[in-house]
Amino acid sequence: MCGEGELLIVYADLACPHCAAAWLEICARPARLAFRHFPVASKHPRSPALHAAAEAAGLQGRFFEMVDSLYADRGRVDDPHLWERVEALGLDLERFEVDRRSETVKARVRRDFESGIRGGVTGTPALYSPG
Amino acid sequence: MIAAGEPAPDFTLRDQDGEKVSLTDYRGRKLLLVFYPLDFSPVCSDQLSIYQEVKPQIAEKGVELVGISVDHGFAHKAFQEKLGIDTPLLADFEPKGEVARAYGAYIEKAGHANRSLVLIDEEGTVEWVHESPTPLEIPGANVIFDALASVEA
Repeated sequence: MCGEGELLIVYADLACPHCAAAWLEICARPARLAFRHFPVASKHPRSPALHAAAEAAGLQGRFFEMVDSLYADRGRVDDPHLWERVEALGLDLERFEVDRRSETVKARVRRDFESGIRGGVTGTPALYSPG
Repeated sequence: MIAAGEPAPDFTLRDQDGEKVSLTDYRGRKLLLVFYPLDFSPVCSDQLSIYQEVKPQIAEKGVELVGISVDHGFAHKAFQEKLGIDTPLLADFEPKGEVARAYGAYIEKAGHANRSLVLIDEEGTVEWVHESPTPLEIPGANVIFDALASVEA
């Protein structure tokens, strides 16, 4: 979890270079960050897989660590690179592999995406401060 | 800008594959014309990418999506491939901007269309129009879904 304080909702694409460039600055804000998956698959075909990977890591308590890792090293996002990250984070690889392909994870990513669409997100990163 | 209730001006333009596409080809189906300024511009790229992600949901509501800009079909083809989209892109190339002008969506000073959406019903009548205040403002997909809900009501 990045930061503490007022809630900041961020819709981001884990394969988006603008999101990667902005991520450190977003995390440095004095705010409690709520990440919302917004993979734009047509633009970044690998994006859905990265969001599934982050969500699966989150099921083992290491969501933001996986997000940090993906943004810090955008060129290494094939499956073997994801497995390296999983091992570096000390996660259960077998469970990760099952979780990232699960309907639960897919539904969570889709739910976030659709909430962004309904909220008028047209590009990433998109930041919202409730109230 | 053309208004709801008016007949949609007919057109025949070439798409990204050089094939002729006419408004009358869509008779019997709803059509959403997406006028946008220029291929490969950052804002247009974001807009068409977002619409691609929700194209199945738009299609479920019986609406076809078509993009129109002043770019030539060769540019459209490359733009489609770059963005990974399959939305047909029509070349309002020569006479430049003629179709955009017919719909009131052309910015003479800029030499390209404004970012506008025109929903046309099955009989070729304009049902709904959205004109962005500036070419920099993308109408989100939520604007489209809200419009479709309002015309269904």
